[in-house]
Amino acid sequence: MTIIAADELAEGRPPASPDSQPPAQRIEGRTPLQLAWARLRRDKVSIFCLFVIVLLVLSAVFAPVLTGWIGHGPNEQYRDIGLSPEGLPQAPNGTFWLGTDDLGRDILSRIIYGTRVSLLVGVLATALAVLVGLAVGTTSGYYGGKVDTFLSRTMDVFLSFPFLLFAISLVSVFQPSLKISIFVIAFFTWSNVGRIVRGQVLSIREKEYIEAARSLGAGDFRIMTVDVIPNLVAPLIVYSTLLIPTAIVFEATLSFLGLGVVPPTPTWGNMISESLSTYLQAPWFVFFPSLALFIATLAFNLLGDGLRDALDPRAARVLARK
Amino acid sequence: MGRFIARRLLFGVVVLFVISLAVFVLFFVVAPGDPAANFVGKSPTPEQIQQAKVRYGLDKPVPEQYLQYVGRLLHGDLGYSFRNAEPVRKTLLDRLPATASLAGGAAVVWLLMGIPIGILAATKPRSIRDRLATVFALGGLSIPPFVAGLLLLYFLYYRLSLNGLDIFPASGYVPLTQNPFEWARHLILPWFALALVTAASYSRITRGSLLEVLGEDYIRTARAKGLSERRVIYRHGLRSALTPVVTLLGIDVGTLLGGAIVTEVVFGLQGIGQNAIVAVSTGDLPVIFGTVLFAAFFIVIANILVDIAYAVLDSRVRLA
Amino acid sequence: MTAVDHAGRTVHTQQGEVLLRVDNAVKHFPIKQGIVFQKEVARVHAVDGVDLEVRSGETLGLVGETGCGKSTLARLVAGLYPMTSGSIEFDGQDISNLSRKAMRPFRRDIQMIFQDPYGSLNPRRRVGSIIGDPFDIHNVASGADRKKRVQELMEVVGLNPEHYNRFPAEFSGGQRQRIGVARALALRPKLIICDEPVSALDVSIQAQVINLLDDLQKEFGLTYIFIAHDLSVVRHVSDRVAVMYLGKIEEIADVDDLYDKPRHPYTNALLSAVPVPDPDRADTRERIILRGDVPSPVNPPDGCPFHPRCPKAQTICVDEMPPLVPAFDDPASHRKACHFPVADGEDISTSTPSIDQTSTEPKVGSTG
Repeated sequence: MTIIAADELAEGRPPASPDSQPPAQRIEGRTPLQLAWARLRRDKVSIFCLFVIVLLVLSAVFAPVLTGWIGHGPNEQYRDIGLSPEGLPQAPNGTFWLGTDDLGRDILSRIIYGTRVSLLVGVLATALAVLVGLAVGTTSGYYGGKVDTFLSRTMDVFLSFPFLLFAISLVSVFQPSLKISIFVIAFFTWSNVGRIVRGQVLSIREKEYIEAARSLGAGDFRIMTVDVIPNLVAPLIVYSTLLIPTAIVFEATLSFLGLGVVPPTPTWGNMISESLSTYLQAPWFVFFPSLALFIATLAFNLLGDGLRDALDPRAARVLARK
Repeated sequence: MGRFIARRLLFGVVVLFVISLAVFVLFFVVAPGDPAANFVGKSPTPEQIQQAKVRYGLDKPVPEQYLQYVGRLLHGDLGYSFRNAEPVRKTLLDRLPATASLAGGAAVVWLLMGIPIGILAATKPRSIRDRLATVFALGGLSIPPFVAGLLLLYFLYYRLSLNGLDIFPASGYVPLTQNPFEWARHLILPWFALALVTAASYSRITRGSLLEVLGEDYIRTARAKGLSERRVIYRHGLRSALTPVVTLLGIDVGTLLGGAIVTEVVFGLQGIGQNAIVAVSTGDLPVIFGTVLFAAFFIVIANILVDIAYAVLDSRVRLA
Repeated sequence: MTAVDHAGRTVHTQQGEVLLRVDNAVKHFPIKQGIVFQKEVARVHAVDGVDLEVRSGETLGLVGETGCGKSTLARLVAGLYPMTSGSIEFDGQDISNLSRKAMRPFRRDIQMIFQDPYGSLNPRRRVGSIIGDPFDIHNVASGADRKKRVQELMEVVGLNPEHYNRFPAEFSGGQRQRIGVARALALRPKLIICDEPVSALDVSIQAQVINLLDDLQKEFGLTYIFIAHDLSVVRHVSDRVAVMYLGKIEEIADVDDLYDKPRHPYTNALLSAVPVPDPDRADTRERIILRGDVPSPVNPPDGCPFHPRCPKAQTICVDEMPPLVPAFDDPASHRKACHFPVADGEDISTSTPSIDQTSTEPKVGSTG
């Protein structure tokens, strides 16, 4: 019987008990996204992750306020109280809750500021990649034929680039910066989005409602925007949520290799990189930035997973069949 | 089949050509500053720059330069490092064993971790076992290799050696031919650091694809025939469920052969990736783009092998 | 009959005038292969020289087995595919291979109802916006006006106008097909092509949708091309019926003529497969069992396409495609494409062909 339950979810029938809802809402069909949100709300893990992500966004936005409360700026060096007599970082204590780094700076303040770079790069690079991937993938899948051959071969070429190496050489040519990081990450991820979109569009294109739109005289652009792309929203939401942590890790990796955002701007990758010389004696120095990276990445990954279940009830149906 | 391979090979050549063009345009056309200055290291004299111009033909028009550059590539000439004047090809080949040992060993580790965890999860969906596998997968995905490496170094090298247990060395590479035991001992931490993320994603993929396969009609038929659950899963299910894993394996190993940059840096392994990072920090352009092309070559080869393996494994794929 | 329709245009086509004329329509789909440059290696002969006339106000039934080209023909008329050759004339104007822009005004007059009530409605859009699509696309109405018109349409086709904001998934198959009908009706077209509109529905629902189409035809003076493979449904709705086989029309006649005096052996075979409600008649009736399968449209047989399976085939059937002309003393409206038409009362279930048909039967695997 679970199969039927899954089907009901998939087809978006309103709940069976009519008296539980006011009549106006019964006639107003709920959008697939509303239904997905209703499903997601029941998933405690996803809601918790959403909460964590909101906290991260808030701490990025209000970083100056937060560090103001803490009383230590991200780049202030407390060489007197922040370093041990031997010049080593201080372990976490009452003044420096998460300890200090090799220059006597407050690790907590730097982590809070690091959230800004991570989220900015994660979101912007993903948005850029999704936009380009959506445009290229939709065009490729919708028109098919020679256009498709050319565009999907182009995407294949992009997927064949040794991307980290090429990213490193790109960054070394253009000098590291925030903009270059975002651009480089988007440059090497849009083709993944494009491939997924193309595959989806190829199957949507064969649907009769596309033919119906065409027989009504709708132009290609209208069909793509009105009939094709709305059907891509669900997979794109899931995929974007999973791309953000990838972009965050990519940025941290570039920073770790000294090719990301230039120090002294605090980023999690920069902090981990700076910890290399002293982290064996001062493990908190590597541990807390890594933890921040881990929490942010995990929250997005878990949320993406929950979103997939909520937006794609087909996955649930596969389980139900067993 | 021959047609199919021919087509893939042709496309592989095209890809390499495009990448060489991209590398060329990046370093000689787009890059700010005088490209010749890039060939003579940091703070060169004007005479050195002039010499470099003549030597690399940079005084000629750009298309001609590109043709010369491709011509050299076709002869296997990747140029010379200006840091130590060694041929780039030799440096790369010298460094390949360390990188290949790292990539190969890590691949074994992630397969041995990822696939069994994926199978355990898929055979009992929504059980505690499945949830633990999900925790492993999503947790593992969130620990990038450089973090995993530093944590392993801290706990398994530093903390152990503080207690007098020198089980794992911190860095270095010992060739397999020289001492197999030391080779493995030096590589075991890097293997795990590098394998964790990939193992996590492989467990996810194995689970997803096995679940999908187990829902297919032919599996139901196999069950209806009265085959044991074991036989159903391992003989009938796994065969087609592992096809996407094989696809990924080829591409992942191919990519890593071009340098497992971060892991090599963290563990001080003198591989291709670490060499590339040194080249980037010293501005050794011939080495950088030699490495990029070398890595692209492996990815292209891996892609071709994967496509062929895919066609052999999955008879539904038409060799059109 | 001259009237003014809802879009303000004058309807000048008279009842019985030719609304649509298809002249030697051909549609071949190329099959391509190649490493770098794809070259054409074969063609699917989907529609292979069809002549057809549809008169204003009538319903033309189009029957045939799966793959006989009836859906392709419908899509050629709807302007969804470019034609390989031939011409289509609508309301006196040549509309074959018009540019997208030039075709636009005609799209208002030619609408389609699709087979799959699930696939033909975008699951992500509300019913109101689906039915209102034609108004949007042709800039006929927007905003509140559009909503009012959509709700009128919903009422006309028997849907609750309050369900304007629901999604297709919230409707049953029959209701969805009504949505499709409403969308096709929106611009008050002259011709509606119904591509197997009821074959995906439960039998009990089929009658409702057919009756709806019938009522709408009377109310709005519509012309239908009604495609189906269910011969009883076609008999019920059609004024005239055309039988297609392998991209060609084999027989065309007024509905009663066709069902009472089928001239083409293929029509005979099709009709003999229809279940008869009277068991006594069913027992006495001889079923005509055709040999082999429908040949591949990639390599259609020479001459009459039916010759490899025809019980009456002779040498001339292999050599020469018979013209579509009346047989015996049939009226001019009853035409067949057969060298040896079946006479009244003739029993062809016992006929044997005079040619060797084994060689022309499709070989196993030859189409793969």
